[in-house]
Parts: sequence; C-alpha cells; structure tokens
Amino acid sequence: MNAASSALQDKTSVISLGASGLDRGVESSGAPLVRLQWQPVGDGSPEVAWSLAQLVGDAGDADCPGSRIDRANAEVLERILTAQPVWVDVAAHASEVWPDMGRTLLHAGPPIAWNDMCGPMKGAVVGAILYEKWATTQQEAERLVAAGGIRFAPCHEFGAVGPMTGIISPSMPLFVVLNQTTGNRAYAPMMESGGAKTLRFGAFAPEVIEGLKLIENVLAPCLKAAVAGIDGGLPLKPLMSQSLHMGDDVHNRNTAATLLLYRAVTESLIKSSISRDLVDETLRTIGADDMFFLSLSMAACKATMDAAHGVPFSSIVTAMARNGVNVGIRVSGLDGQWFVGPADIPVGLFLPGFSEADANPDIGDSAITETAGLGAFAMAAAPAMVQFVGGTPQDALRYSREMAHVTIGRNPGFTLPMLDFIGAPVGIDIRKVVDEGRRPVINTATAHKEPGMGIIGAGVVQAPMKCFVDAVGALATAATR
Amino acid sequence: MAIQSSIRANLYKDSVSLMRISQVTVARTGVQRVTLLMGTRSNKEFLQQAGLMSPALESAKPGDIMIVVADDAPDKLAAAEREIHSQIAGEEPKGGSTEAAAEAPPRSISGGVAMADHADLALISVPGPYAAAEALKALRQGLNVLLFSDNVPIEQEVAIKRVAAQKGLLVMGPDCGTAIINGVPLGFANVVRRGAIGLVGASGTGLQEVMCQIHRHGQGISQAIGTGSHDVSSEVGGITMLQGLELLAADAQTKVVAIVSKPPAPDVQKRVVERARAIGKPVVICFLGGEPAASAGNVHRTSSLEETARQAVALAGARQSGGDEQSAEQFAERVCASLAPSQRYLRGLYSGGTFCSEAQTIWRAAGIRARSNVPLAGADRLADVEQSHGHTAIDLGSDEFTVGRPHPMIDYGVRIERLLKEADDPTVACVVLDVVLGYGSHPNPAEVLAPAIRRAKAAARAQGRELPVLCFVCGTGSDPQPYEIQKAMLADAGAEIVGSSTGAARVAQAIAGRMAADDNATGRRVMQGGER
Repeated sequence: MNAASSALQDKTSVISLGASGLDRGVESSGAPLVRLQWQPVGDGSPEVAWSLAQLVGDAGDADCPGSRIDRANAEVLERILTAQPVWVDVAAHASEVWPDMGRTLLHAGPPIAWNDMCGPMKGAVVGAILYEKWATTQQEAERLVAAGGIRFAPCHEFGAVGPMTGIISPSMPLFVVLNQTTGNRAYAPMMESGGAKTLRFGAFAPEVIEGLKLIENVLAPCLKAAVAGIDGGLPLKPLMSQSLHMGDDVHNRNTAATLLLYRAVTESLIKSSISRDLVDETLRTIGADDMFFLSLSMAACKATMDAAHGVPFSSIVTAMARNGVNVGIRVSGLDGQWFVGPADIPVGLFLPGFSEADANPDIGDSAITETAGLGAFAMAAAPAMVQFVGGTPQDALRYSREMAHVTIGRNPGFTLPMLDFIGAPVGIDIRKVVDEGRRPVINTATAHKEPGMGIIGAGVVQAPMKCFVDAVGALATAATR
Repeated sequence: MAIQSSIRANLYKDSVSLMRISQVTVARTGVQRVTLLMGTRSNKEFLQQAGLMSPALESAKPGDIMIVVADDAPDKLAAAEREIHSQIAGEEPKGGSTEAAAEAPPRSISGGVAMADHADLALISVPGPYAAAEALKALRQGLNVLLFSDNVPIEQEVAIKRVAAQKGLLVMGPDCGTAIINGVPLGFANVVRRGAIGLVGASGTGLQEVMCQIHRHGQGISQAIGTGSHDVSSEVGGITMLQGLELLAADAQTKVVAIVSKPPAPDVQKRVVERARAIGKPVVICFLGGEPAASAGNVHRTSSLEETARQAVALAGARQSGGDEQSAEQFAERVCASLAPSQRYLRGLYSGGTFCSEAQTIWRAAGIRARSNVPLAGADRLADVEQSHGHTAIDLGSDEFTVGRPHPMIDYGVRIERLLKEADDPTVACVVLDVVLGYGSHPNPAEVLAPAIRRAKAAARAQGRELPVLCFVCGTGSDPQPYEIQKAMLADAGAEIVGSSTGAARVAQAIAGRMAADDNATGRRVMQGGER
C-alpha cells in the first residue's frame, strides 16, 4: 500500500455533490469549490451506478476497464473525424447492391416483426409490395406478409439508412456514398416528392407507387449521370459544413444543402447527354423539395459511423434509429447488438388540424445525423429549427452546448459560427449519457400514426435512457470480464 | 385522516431540499402532514410503517419523488399538492432563453473536474446506495474523497478503499462527518486555528470535540482526517486510519498525532498501534469505550476526549488553559442541593454519537448502568427508544430518529420534544445536552434551545421540582455561531454549562452518585425505622 501522498498538497480544491450545506466551510475558507447539480445516474438504479463507475478511465491506471474504453474511443473519434464521405454513384436498384436480398424489405430502426410495426410502417410495407408487384391489392399484400413471404431487416444492418419508415425494396434506387478514408459504402433511398402522400410516411395509394416509379425511371438515371459527370464524385463533408454556415442542421433543415446540391448537379446534368425533359423533371423535383438533400446527409453520416463501428471496448454510439415503436442504438464496442427502449412522441409544432393525439412515436433512421454530431447536436447552426419547440436562438445554442456533455469530441469539419466556430459535439459516449442523465436530442419530423396520412408536424425528441443504461450494463460485462 | 399520494418522476432532490419544501408547504397551506421522499425501497418501507404507503406509490423509482399529503380536511389536500409542485418547479433550474442556462452547474464528477480549478477532493453526500460509485469515479479522476454518506455496502467500501490506497489517495468515510484538510473545513467542522497537532478519527463528533478543545487550549490542528465509522472493522482493516497515520507521519507541520476512535477490531487495533509506535512522533490514542491500555514509548493511551486533547496539547509543548473549573463533585453538590429525593436518574440527550458512548463509558466505569439506543457492548438496549428508562443515554442522531428528518445537530425539534418529556418525569435528576457548533450545524442553536430549556425548567418547577440541564458546547470562538455567545445564551436560560463532553458526563455521574447515596441513606433510614 502506498502512503496517500496527494491529499496534503498545499491547496485543496473541492467538488461537492449531494446534500446542501456540507460545503459551507469550504466556501467560507475561500477554497475553490464546484457544486454539482447531482442526480442519480441513468434510470436511478444503484446497480447501474456501480457498473458505470467501473468504466471510468484513469490516467494513472492504463489497465483498468475505463482506460481501455478511453483508448478505444480515441480510435473511434479519429475514424469519425477523418471520414471523407463522397457521393459517388446511384445504384439503379437495391438488388444491385445486395443481389441476394430476394423478397427482403429493409426498414428503419431496430429489428421489428410485422405484427409489432406501427401504422405508417405497415402501410409502407404494403406500398413496397405493391411497387414490387409481389401483390396487387392491400389485402393480398398483408396476406403475403402474414404468411411469412417477406423477410424484414433493419437498413442499418445492411449499411443503409432510410428516412421515416425507411422501407427499401429491391427495385428502389439508392444513393451510394463512399467513405474514401476507409473504403466502406453507405446507401439511402431518394426522397420522394409529394408531401404527405409518400411511402416513407406509410402511404400506398396509386400516386405514391407512381412517385416511386418516377424516382426509379427518371431521377435515378439522371442523378447517376450527374454524379458520374462530377470528377471523383461529390465530397459531402465540405457541402454539409457550408450548409451549417447557411442555417441548416442537415437533418430537419436541408434548405441550403439542397440548393448546394442543386448547383452541383445542374451543371453536370446540362453537360450530360440526358434528354432535356428528364433534366427538367429532375431539377424540378430537387428544386421543389427543401429536404431533398437529407438522403445524402444520412448516407454520409452512415458511411462515417459505420467506419467507427466495431472497435472493441468502445462506448461510442454508432447508430440511433427508430422504428416507430422502439428506439435502438448500436455501440461501437458491442457489435451485433441493439439496445432498445420505447420511442417517445416528438415535442413540437403540429400542422393545422393535427395534435399530439394523432402523432406516431418517433420513427426513422435519420437520427444517424445526430449520431454523427449533426442535426440537433449542431442546432446552434440552425436557429430557425428551435421555432418548432417555441424556442429562441439562445435555445439553439443551448442544445449544442448540452450535447457537448455527452460527447467525447468536437468535429472541426462542422463548425458552429454562433459558438465562435467551435466544432459541433460528436461521439456520443453511453457512459456520459448515463452519468449526466442527459438523453441525446434528435430533431425530427412527426408522422401521423395512421398509414398514409403523412407528416403532421416537426419538433424534437430524446432517445430513451433505457437504451443507454442497458448498453452500459453490457459494456460493463464485456469490459470487466 | 385523508391521505393523497402522487409521484414526481425523474427528479432527484436531497432530503434537506425535500424537508424544506415540506415545511414551506405546511406553513403556507396549513395542511397537517407533508411527506416527501425519494422512491427508494427503504423509504417505501418507512411509509409502510408510518401507514402512509399507497398503491399509487408502488411504481416510484429511486429517482422519483414520492409525495404524500395528509389532513383531516380532504379539501386541503389538493391545495397542498399544488403548493408542493410549485415549490418543486420553483427550485428547478430555469430553462429558456438566457445565457445563464448555458452555464448551468455540472451534473457529474467529470463535468465538475472539467470546470474546477485543479480539483483534488470530492465531498460526497449523495444517498448511500449511489455514494461508492461517485467515490470511485472521483478516485479514477485523481480526487481524494470525503464520503459523508452512510449505508454504503461494505464490499463497495472495501473496493473503493483498495483503489484509493493503490493510487495514494484517501477515502474518508463512508459515514465520515468531519475533516479539516489544509485548513479547509469539510462537512460538520469547526473553525480552529492551524497548528502542530494532526488528528485521525473514526468518530465525527469526537474529532470535533478534540479539535475544539485543542483550539481553546491555544494549540491548533495541522490536519484532521476522518476515516468513517466502518474503517476500523475487520472487513475494511483500518485502511484509511493507517493511511492517515502515514500522511501525518510524513507531514512536516504535524508534531503530535492524536487518534480518536471507537475500539477497532482486535486485528486492526494491533496494526494501528504497531504503526503508531513506528512513526517517530508522539501519538495519543483514544479508543473510546475500549479496554484501558498502558502508554508505552511514543504512544500515549487515553480514555476520554478531554484527556486526549490535554495530552496532545502537552506533547506539543503548549501551555494548557483551564483548570479553574470547579470539580465535578463541587458542581454536583451545588446542583443536587435543590433536587428532590425522587430525582435519581440521568438522561443524556445527545446529537453526537461519540458523546453518547463517552458518557456511557464514563458512567459504566463509575458503576452506573445506563440504557441506550446505542448501548456499549454488554450494556442494556432501551426497549422503546421513545421512552427513557432509569439512567438513559440516547443518540438522537441514530438512524431510528433521522429517517426523513434532518440530523439533530441541524434541527433541534426532536431533542426539544424529548427534553420537555423528560421534564415531566419526576425521577429525572438531570438532563445532559450537547450543543455542536461549526459549519453544517444549526446556525444558532442557543436561539432555539434556550427557550426550550426555560420551558422545561418551568414545567418541572410547576410540579415542585428543579430540573438541572447540563450543557456543553462543542465549538470555538471562531465558529459561525460564536462559542461564548452561545454559552451565555444557554446559561441565561438556566442551563448549567460544563466545559467539555467528558466534564459533563463526570458531573452527571457525580449527581447520580449523590442522589443514589441520598437514596441509600433514605433506604437505610426506612429499614432502620422498620426494625424499630
């Protein structure tokens, strides 16, 4: 046993937590004092608190579990910061990317069975079956699913991300984003125009299917040609960085990013051999939808976070995704596992005629943007967003500041002008989420709980603490074994 | 009585805040009873015992506040509940659009470390089941720990102390009430001058009394290291006490070391004494309530707090003050002159646990058998803690009195009630009260205690008796509640002021001896009368 040596250094500087009043002597003595606003960790269980404490890093003990986690996280952060997502291609059909997918439908969020799916996701499944012509009516489609004729899997497990219901079927075209640093690719379906009547909100009326056909037959070939005409593809990180400086969070506001994309593809399209009609149609579609860029933003984030996934012992979240019932997270050092908790209803504004009673719980893979340190984490760049929750520009700054408490680094590639150009907080550490009792914030659109009713509002939502508490438990088991 | 219960989910508040909200709610709405507790298992059991548990509260988690309001008039309940919710909301940090929200206090140890100026000590008083986890986080980040919290699982205590020892850091506690590190008072602590005497103690009020006496003798304290009450058990093995000894051995400012503790487990005691022999500085050891032991070499054994302070001061080469106090016998003679023969029993109503055991030790040595809620080994336990019986010494800071209530050093309510109850008992010869000053304690104890002493004495007088109330004040002239002023206010209310805990126990002992002697004399007269 060493003698305690550091206790009697000349100066005492105190951190105080718990009952008030016990630090009055410290205060009166003039010694430095920081008082914590302490809350029990995570879900308030002492067992979790004790597990979590085993995972704290120690500069003086490189072999303790926490120090191993810290080293793994440094590697993960490096991979996030050095990622170079580039839009390189459009796959004409998902089945080109995954030739064996057969009758598989990919969906948003953690795994879920047909019977457990929310209304919009069921609607989107029916729509995708009709689109694929695996059935011709809703009833026939539902019978096919009920008979086990369709395999379901999360987009995330295929290197893909899908907005809202996130359904990807074999015939759908996909954006292809390459992470040039590590060589991995990520995929996302293109945004449908048509407002409420879209598959991603669970609609499957004939005009929805027509819209999907338009994407397949017009948008996809045009954009494939457009990106082919951009030498080396379109680097997305600089584009996203620039749009943060133009008021986007590249999750729920993509107005600037979509314009920048429009600028990039216009020249390329015009120079291409594609017919004027198709170019018109494509530019009209992109130009009419402020959110068109979201698919590329999501794919860029996915390409980044997949590269960061699978570092043993790392406690960094590599995916947050919602299937409309549950939120699931994946953690870099806990490969092959989802940690799920019940999804909340987003808090925010509703379109006229709708209320919280109509809202579906949080849904979509788009929270990959927050996972990569954008979206609500970069809200300081997008003060317009806080109007959804009745906030002020100061609140936008507060979201970005608060999320810095649950992340391990800052991304110098995505800076926040209003916060003196400091990098957006990035790398959600499950230990910090549980320790701080702060749930990651997500900017999101709100879907109607009935299929096909579409978007009814937008706002913010927080990932459930249970995901992080369970993940801490699993990491404690893995790291202290 | 009508009862209404509800839960405020996901908001932790410490017991002091909850009690303040309860008090304000009672004051503002006139509702009879408000109980606010976090939803822990033990708090639910407490509600069950109090008959306040309801199905609505079953689902409360440890991070939820359980709200119970009770009144004979059901219409008061809703108003009380509204008041509670508005109080709770009023205490929450204001969100919204100000920059202040950006600088909200940190929530975690690592957040605190990031904000602090080279933090090196964590003062932890969160509920026991969470406390060791916070301590471990602090240790991993290079902080020493003072763990005020009690009810920490023993295996967690051992685990954190082992990590601390490996890292050369101190864990003072769990259940450590006081320490002074580099002149910074932590927890319940008095303002004493710095000097040549280093203290290590497993007993909070014992340390406070010794440091105050040392200060009043004109000497001072280099460091006062609390170990917590479980440290000297076999399971923990005295890790902190031994570390403390090493620290003081190496500390240039420390010339004399004094140890104040309940008797350690035999193996721990052996190790501590062996280590003390080897440190090359005089060591005064007081294992209060243990077997008397002979001094040898540099190790001086004492059996009372007063003797410990005097010995340490003498070894530090300082002049001792005092000695002009009247002797315990003289004191008792004066007090007993006005007592009725029925008044035979001592009632010690202590807020400091060490004072309670020191009194029992002194009384036992004098052949006085006292009952207690915290009896010495082999002594009688009080059957009903609410009811004194014969000679009685009560620790009102013990768990059975403090669940859901502030400690009696902070809130004198329970002690005052008990004092008035003892005043009604014709067999009581005297009441002994400790008054602990310093940080953490009541901001002005004499202000609440003096009127209560007046009432108690008046009540006894109305029944034809005098009630002597012996008070000793654990404090210094530099405390936030100055010692001399507190003493004067208590004396003015008719309290008998004694200079130390040891002195008060000895005066009480002398009073009991005299009253028992009188009783024997009476008894003899009766018997002689019978023979006649």
